[in-house]
Amino acid sequence: MSVQPLEFFGRVDKALMDEQLRKAVPFTQDRLRGGRFQAADELGNVEEWRNLAAQIRMHTIENLDSYLEQLTDNVEKNGGHVHFAPTASDAVAHVLRIAKEKNARSVVKSKSMVSEEIHLNKHLEAEGVRVIESDLGEYIIQLAGETPSHLIAPAIHKTRTQVAELFSGVAGRTLSDATAELCQFAREELRREFLEADIGISGCNFAVAESGSIVLISNEGNARLTTTLPKVHIAIMGMERLVPTWEELDIVVSMLTRSATGQKISVYMTAMSGPRRPEDIDGPEEFHLIILDNGRSDILGTAYQEVLKCIRCGACLNVCPVYRHIGGHAYGGVYSGPIGAVLTPLLEGYEEWKELPYASSLCGACTEVCPVKIPLHDLLIEHRKDEVENGFTSWQEKLAFKGFGYLTSHPFLYDKAVRASHMATGWLSNEGVIETGPGPLAGWTNVRDLPRPAKQSFREWWKNEKGGGPRGS
Amino acid sequence: MRVSLFITCLSDVFFPNVGQSVVKVLERYGAQVDFPQAQTCCGQPAYNSGYHREAREAARHMIDVFADSNYVVAPSGSCVAMIRHYYPELLKEEPTWREKAEALAKKTYEFSEFLVQVLQVDRIDASLHASATYHHSCHMSRGLGIKEEPAALLEQVNGLEMEELPYCQDCCGFGGTFAAKMSTISEAMVDEKIKHIEETGANVLIGSDMGCLMNIGGRLRRTGKDVQVMHVAEVLAQGGAK
Repeated sequence: MSVQPLEFFGRVDKALMDEQLRKAVPFTQDRLRGGRFQAADELGNVEEWRNLAAQIRMHTIENLDSYLEQLTDNVEKNGGHVHFAPTASDAVAHVLRIAKEKNARSVVKSKSMVSEEIHLNKHLEAEGVRVIESDLGEYIIQLAGETPSHLIAPAIHKTRTQVAELFSGVAGRTLSDATAELCQFAREELRREFLEADIGISGCNFAVAESGSIVLISNEGNARLTTTLPKVHIAIMGMERLVPTWEELDIVVSMLTRSATGQKISVYMTAMSGPRRPEDIDGPEEFHLIILDNGRSDILGTAYQEVLKCIRCGACLNVCPVYRHIGGHAYGGVYSGPIGAVLTPLLEGYEEWKELPYASSLCGACTEVCPVKIPLHDLLIEHRKDEVENGFTSWQEKLAFKGFGYLTSHPFLYDKAVRASHMATGWLSNEGVIETGPGPLAGWTNVRDLPRPAKQSFREWWKNEKGGGPRGS
Repeated sequence: MRVSLFITCLSDVFFPNVGQSVVKVLERYGAQVDFPQAQTCCGQPAYNSGYHREAREAARHMIDVFADSNYVVAPSGSCVAMIRHYYPELLKEEPTWREKAEALAKKTYEFSEFLVQVLQVDRIDASLHASATYHHSCHMSRGLGIKEEPAALLEQVNGLEMEELPYCQDCCGFGGTFAAKMSTISEAMVDEKIKHIEETGANVLIGSDMGCLMNIGGRLRRTGKDVQVMHVAEVLAQGGAK
């Protein structure tokens, strides 16, 4: 389900014309990818780390059923409740049921992309439950009535000045755009919410199967408050977000923080194993883990299986030249950038998402940086292949490529076509250049000039200069 | 040493001077160049657009065309990446073809890669008095891992001042059909690339892929910017002994 009102090209145009976004996104992208680059440099043997992390994730995905069973057993042993949700609406139903049982009036959340995927806030609010996002970036976009435009930096598209305007609206007075003042204001506002909330909802960076633990990574401390102050803690996880043991966790967490921001480790890393025990001085009285499928198990065993290795670090967004210029909202789905372009059509189909696999120049920067070695740009090509085979491309394009296939395997005709190309484009050309092309060429010539095919192609020159045998000599 | 030139469709049709320069340079360093005339296109436009049946037809044809060649050299990192990585992938279900695809992949080289790694050219006899910067095309630098070779060659050209290009790892916005299908995004990308090229103060942009250079050059021309684009081979062919 698109979370944006416009269709794809409308969203792209809107983003390209948004001057604030065009400044804000490259600014933060540079900072994040710069950090990642430095962290990789410090590791020295980053390729070995990537190989190891990729192996761990692949092993987990290939044995998902048994690790999920182990996780479930251990969470229950620790006194927690596990709910498996085949679809988004099942997950929402679990949360609403718990909220109703607890008579909850307000919920405080720490950052969770899976909760965005199931559009949880909307459903809670419809039931009269107040929802407060406690991650600073999420808090900003919640005030703006928007959705996250980046996996780890949800308000990446906003400038400091825009944030000051939003916060001033809540404060009822004019706040300066000094970062310290803005953070102080958010901290004061949120502290009250933490204390009043009936339920805390978090995501789950990784679950550890061997101990039934949930691990959260954050830099603001809000995840700890969300999961310890309210009486009930609900964690929602995608069914693939687990590791077998703490040993593997060590590797994937190291890769997650380094790839995301360049940090060796985030400011906070919190592991929770069930609700408060008698000897604990704090923690929730009840712990629920909702494990969401929502199309993931359908990806298992397909050509796209490797996408399930994703650890949501956002590194692919931070190096993507397309994301750099259009930001996250233009993609339209909950997940943006290269990973979003691969994942969204898998979870929600081509009908609504057929443009996404083409929103890439296939430069491969995403694949190169991915800490778990997902061949992202190759998976985009795989999508294009599936779109062709399932009738999502135009008949004109199909015909053109049919012709292309025929020409490239029939050298006599290919030779004739190359020779004819100069003459055939005479009517379009002006001083050896085509400035306005017809049909699909218009996309090219709207932006840039196209040279006219040369008067004498290379093959003609060769034949004249070097001879005409089959080997051309 | 006998070398077969794979001209690539773009250089064949639009930039014959690139092919002529490749021939001139290869011959200067002792290679005997032939040009199998039945060659067509590597099939990448179809492959990247998802038309894999059509790409397979092109691949089988090209494998046959170059079956007797000892070496195949192309003035494009992108087309070589297509042959090296995707031909074996495309034909993986057909063992005989897959074997042939792997054989072609092994003997196919990008132009500067071939000069440095196979011909082991370590002294360049060329001169071009200009201030230039180099564009690393994505498929060549990431796909093939060729980054040092063109720089090592260009650095020896007499009179050529090479300036470092900021954000050199970023795509120029070409991406084959992407440039036409997603033209507004592509425009934003090429404009940023041009901004960085201008920051270097160079008046020549050198590259190894005519797709990128056609994109950047076409945008430079459209926006009235006075920067010339040249393929590495065209630079190396300048003012040499022959």
